[in-house]
Amino acid sequence: MATTMVKEVGSEPAQLLGPESASERTLYPYVTGTSVVALKYKDGILMAADMGASYGSTLRYKSVERMKSIGKHSLLGASGEISDFQEILHYLDELILYDNMWDDGNSLGPKEVHSYLTRVMYNRRNKFNPLWNSLVLGGVKNGQKYLGMVSMIGVNFEDNHVATGFGNHLARPILRDEWHENLSFEDGVKLLEKCMRVLLYRDRSAVNKLQIAKITEEGVTISQPYALKTFWGFSAFQNPTVGAEGSW
Amino acid sequence: MFRNQYDTDVTTWSPAGRLFQVEYAMEAVKQGSAAIGLRSRAHVVLACVNKANSELSSHQKKIFKVDDHIGLAIAGLTADGRVLSRYMRSECINYSFTYESPLPVGRLVVQLADKAQVCTQRSWKRPYGVGLLVAGLDESGAHLYYNCPSGNYFEYQAFAIGSRSQAAKTYLERRFENFTDSSREDLIKDALIAVRETLQGETLKSSICTIAVVGIGEAFHTLDQETVQQLIDAFEIVAEPEAPAAEPDAAAEQGEGADQGAAADQGVAPMDI
Repeated sequence: MATTMVKEVGSEPAQLLGPESASERTLYPYVTGTSVVALKYKDGILMAADMGASYGSTLRYKSVERMKSIGKHSLLGASGEISDFQEILHYLDELILYDNMWDDGNSLGPKEVHSYLTRVMYNRRNKFNPLWNSLVLGGVKNGQKYLGMVSMIGVNFEDNHVATGFGNHLARPILRDEWHENLSFEDGVKLLEKCMRVLLYRDRSAVNKLQIAKITEEGVTISQPYALKTFWGFSAFQNPTVGAEGSW
Repeated sequence: MFRNQYDTDVTTWSPAGRLFQVEYAMEAVKQGSAAIGLRSRAHVVLACVNKANSELSSHQKKIFKVDDHIGLAIAGLTADGRVLSRYMRSECINYSFTYESPLPVGRLVVQLADKAQVCTQRSWKRPYGVGLLVAGLDESGAHLYYNCPSGNYFEYQAFAIGSRSQAAKTYLERRFENFTDSSREDLIKDALIAVRETLQGETLKSSICTIAVVGIGEAFHTLDQETVQQLIDAFEIVAEPEAPAAEPDAAAEQGEGADQGAAADQGVAPMDI
């Protein structure tokens, strides 16, 4: 006769342990990535993300790739908890594997992957155990460009340009003003760099090492990491306390 | 086929390497009324002969819509066909919900075939007694498949199943090379002629024949009786067995007249007692 103290095998939360039950729900994120910004341009999608992963307020890891290609047609970028992002990549690996195993000329495009991710995120949210990420899914299939976002509570939408985290507040206004149809590759990159530079100045969890990814009908290219030039030589930064009485 | 000592169980092989129960299930398909399918590059047409048991009853439903882009026609045990089409609808709608995209017909057909195979390898089950002509679209265009009780499936340019389907197949074999580039109307006409072939001289009218179409930009739907009758008349199919392309109106009227004469002793008469 099993006692009520025995933890059940399987994925049930350890409710049967009595007063000191361990919680297995996600309560807060630990290692997090900051903004991802993406836009549609003439030939496909451009996406940018820095390579930082913070541990609270510490900029702990500085070579984390937060954008990955999915199948032949899609590119996924994530902000938020990095371990949950890795879990999502594992699910998508399996999804793409089974899709390839059909071997029948049909393949999952960005719209299908986006929809699948929405279902996963929403389902986890309903169990009060979210995957703590904001996901950006972009891709091109049969000439159709697709760019969408899913939040950790399953809110999803499609748009011509998207941004997560701080990017929502800092990058979006820039994109709204300056994005237009049929941006060239160079203009798209310039626009993304403008957004990333603002984020670098103003978001304390941003690091100056970023990658830009491009997806077109031909496939995915993720650039080598590079840094943006910044300027700190403003006169107001010389003798910053000169105007303020009582400060040092 | 004759009874033998290896045909009681679906899980018993015969010494010649046959599963007789599965073959008997395929016989059930041959007993059902005819169903015909043909496809072009962008359209698939399904046609079937709908015989009612008596004048009092309604026709058996043999064509089922599975999703906007997939439909099927059955021959054999219609109850089994109904159950399988419910399974297919369920698969389609679940895929649509998860991926917001239509389930490719090629994948649905494989799932259906795997389901049928299970029934050929369990001692407590029996094979489904229904053959399905599945018409649908996927990324590579329009497709027509035939799913067998044995768990096999084949892709076809054109096919016919059920009783007297050989007559239809003979006609289709003569004409199938032109189907890929056929227009939608020509495809429907060929389907109607193929149905007429299975009727062995009986008059083709819309009350005994159902047509359904699916195509790129056209959701799967069954044509209503009026439209089918108009098509039958327009193609002048009723008149001659070797009727060529659609004739001008004068000839169509003649055809209708001949039809009415021939139909004088068919259909209902006023009760006189």
